[in-house]
Amino acid sequence: MPSYVIRDKCDGCKALDKTACQFICPNDLMVLDKESMKAYNRDPSMCWECYSCVKICPNQAIEVRGYQDFVPMGASVTAMRSSDAIMWTVQFRDEEIRPKRFKFPIRRGVSEGQVQAFGHYPTGDEDLRSPTLMSEPEGLNTDNGPVRFDVVPGL
Amino acid sequence: MAEFETVTVDTDLLICGGGMAACGAAVEASYWAKRHGLKVTLVDKAAMDRSGAVAMGLSAINEYVDLNSGKNTLKDYCDYVRNDLMGITREDLVASIARHVDDSVHLFEKWGLPIWKDQEGNYVHEGRWQLMINGESYKVIVAEAAKNALEQAGGEYYERVFITHPLMDGNRCVGAVGFSVRENKIYVFRAKAVMAAMGGAVHVFKPRSTGEGFGRSWYPPFNSGASAFFTLYAGAEMTCQEVRFIPVRFKDAYGPVGAWFLLFKSVATNANHDDYMKTNAAELEKWEPYGTVKPRPANIRNWLMMLDVMDGKGPIYMQTAEAIKRIADGAPDEKAGQRKLKELESEAWEDFLDMTISQAILWAATNVEPDKKPSEIMACEPYFIGSHSGASGAWVSGPEDLQTSQTKDEYFWGYPNQTTVEGLFAAGDASGASSHKFSSGSFTEGRIGGKAAIAYIADHNDAPHVDQAQIEQLKEELLRPLATFEQHAGATTDPEINPNYIRPKQFMYRLQKIMDEYAGGVSAQFKTNGALLEKGEELLGYLKEDAGSLAAENLHELMRSWEAVHRMYQAEAHVRSIAFREETRWPGYYFRADKPSLDNENWLAFCNCKYDRATDSWEMIKRPVKYITQDGGTAGQADDHRQMAPA
Repeated sequence: MPSYVIRDKCDGCKALDKTACQFICPNDLMVLDKESMKAYNRDPSMCWECYSCVKICPNQAIEVRGYQDFVPMGASVTAMRSSDAIMWTVQFRDEEIRPKRFKFPIRRGVSEGQVQAFGHYPTGDEDLRSPTLMSEPEGLNTDNGPVRFDVVPGL
Repeated sequence: MAEFETVTVDTDLLICGGGMAACGAAVEASYWAKRHGLKVTLVDKAAMDRSGAVAMGLSAINEYVDLNSGKNTLKDYCDYVRNDLMGITREDLVASIARHVDDSVHLFEKWGLPIWKDQEGNYVHEGRWQLMINGESYKVIVAEAAKNALEQAGGEYYERVFITHPLMDGNRCVGAVGFSVRENKIYVFRAKAVMAAMGGAVHVFKPRSTGEGFGRSWYPPFNSGASAFFTLYAGAEMTCQEVRFIPVRFKDAYGPVGAWFLLFKSVATNANHDDYMKTNAAELEKWEPYGTVKPRPANIRNWLMMLDVMDGKGPIYMQTAEAIKRIADGAPDEKAGQRKLKELESEAWEDFLDMTISQAILWAATNVEPDKKPSEIMACEPYFIGSHSGASGAWVSGPEDLQTSQTKDEYFWGYPNQTTVEGLFAAGDASGASSHKFSSGSFTEGRIGGKAAIAYIADHNDAPHVDQAQIEQLKEELLRPLATFEQHAGATTDPEINPNYIRPKQFMYRLQKIMDEYAGGVSAQFKTNGALLEKGEELLGYLKEDAGSLAAENLHELMRSWEAVHRMYQAEAHVRSIAFREETRWPGYYFRADKPSLDNENWLAFCNCKYDRATDSWEMIKRPVKYITQDGGTAGQADDHRQMAPA
């Protein structure tokens, strides 16, 4: 509502040092009720429906129900995110319409936790006061086609 | 009131924000800081993996100039941006970002971002400057690179710390203060240079949806004007505060239309199935020399649609089924046609699922299969987003090597992306007049500013002088909403209704109502005039006085209180700038009914402003527009300073 927590599935992230949904929500909306040890969305009208909480929940305890001031009831969009892909299921209000399923890649070639910021291209001039950024000019060129840049271009 | 611990953090460069620009700054600054023995610290109000405008993901990278292909030049990109913004553009800044942006995109790919490729291994373009991506984890990947860079350079990052104010030493920014939204802790960051990269502003204007869907703004509701307030309060000159952005998107859930217009070549029509871009084409000439350029400026496309809406010719439909049919019919045989249809369907849904999942829910809930029936589009409420087709932000120095003899005196005064305040840099939505940078360009601008800030520190490597009295005063001010609530909440039986204070939500509603009705929001059909603005300023004045009575029950509400204050300053800068510019230049963003046409003779100029916190007064400044792509630059306006009295 828009993101809501399924009571039977939420365990309050007992095994973690902090609740996953509370950790990730960009708008600081997901909180843990200390008495029931269940999470909830404290201000649905400030929810962007970004699904960050849905995607991160280790128990798949969070789903989204469309904003009721403009979305008719009955449809759903559910996400299952793994380390390299995300699976979507779109359920229509009209049950006659076959639900749609999609799988899209989310990372390619570099697995989670393995990103190296530096070292992909040499630095051109190592000059702190030049316009040349750390991976230029080599990084301006593509792997395909002719190499055009040996300096950072001017106008 | 509960005790608050004060945590003091000393660093060389402080990066405020955690979105694309901040992550770009973290990566590049870390690289150079490591070589020069300096420390970089980043502070984000959320968790970097999912903070900022790209939190949900994106389905496209909208700035890729593809210089290496030889098909495009920096001048081409400057021409595109200048025309889209009706001439009001700092070409030196646009070119500065555009000449580096391809490098950033290539890094994203090295970090694991899946960019669509054709069979020859070339990127798939959505449009001339846009690339299609599988972008669900775009921000997660970029944040991972930023954290990795900080770690390799001995830097650090703080999450869930909300920055409220800059720390100043005269005209030099020497850090920032804020508080944890999780624990009773105040943070004091002392730094030799500060990068403001805290995004643009949403919820300054009343949104179309005012129930649960209030939060379904196109741009995220957590972008709350922190950059604008930070730079204004520091005394930085601001620019283009009148240049709000109004996107036209799928109605209500605000799903993206770029793939439909650019990739699928769809048209939009009114109730009579007329294409308003054709039937209202005569209007284009009124907005020359920009009205008839191709592609048509975003605000002009908006305007032609709005004319139909105001004439009662809605609903406006994106003709998705027709577009899909046209593409499928182009296939060599039926089987290939079916395959193409399947492919397009997947692409259309991914476009939403990557970045506006609500739109997928709305389509499913209204039984929309895009190959079978069209979908409504509509103009959203106004946003402040200098990275897109808006332009609001701080006035920053361009790089020296891109200036001409005509522009150098106006646009260059030190380090790239430095504001007019010493040691204060800005990037992304925090820097103005350099539109169309989007995610990739914002990241790139962060890199440019991040490197420049390290150069600044190398040249000014003296310990920041931070006045303890200033810190104590800010701490008291920062926590006041908590104290106010505690002092008065018990006086009535319902803490929601209490004559002694105002809670942040009601404060925000009041701001939104003023802006909506007086400054050309949705309910005013984006129209205003001098008299309405004057009345709006009066009402904003009362609101500003009442800001001292904001009350917060907990840390979350304390954050909301300061977000509301930040939004209010963005609003005030906006109203004053619209009032200052006596013309209508972007009819599809706002229309000044008392000055209904474009006046290039007098107003091909930047409307800048400065706020003086000591006297609570504003100075409006007219600065010339000069282009680096044209020999000798274009004759602009002479400087024209006008002191304005406090509201």
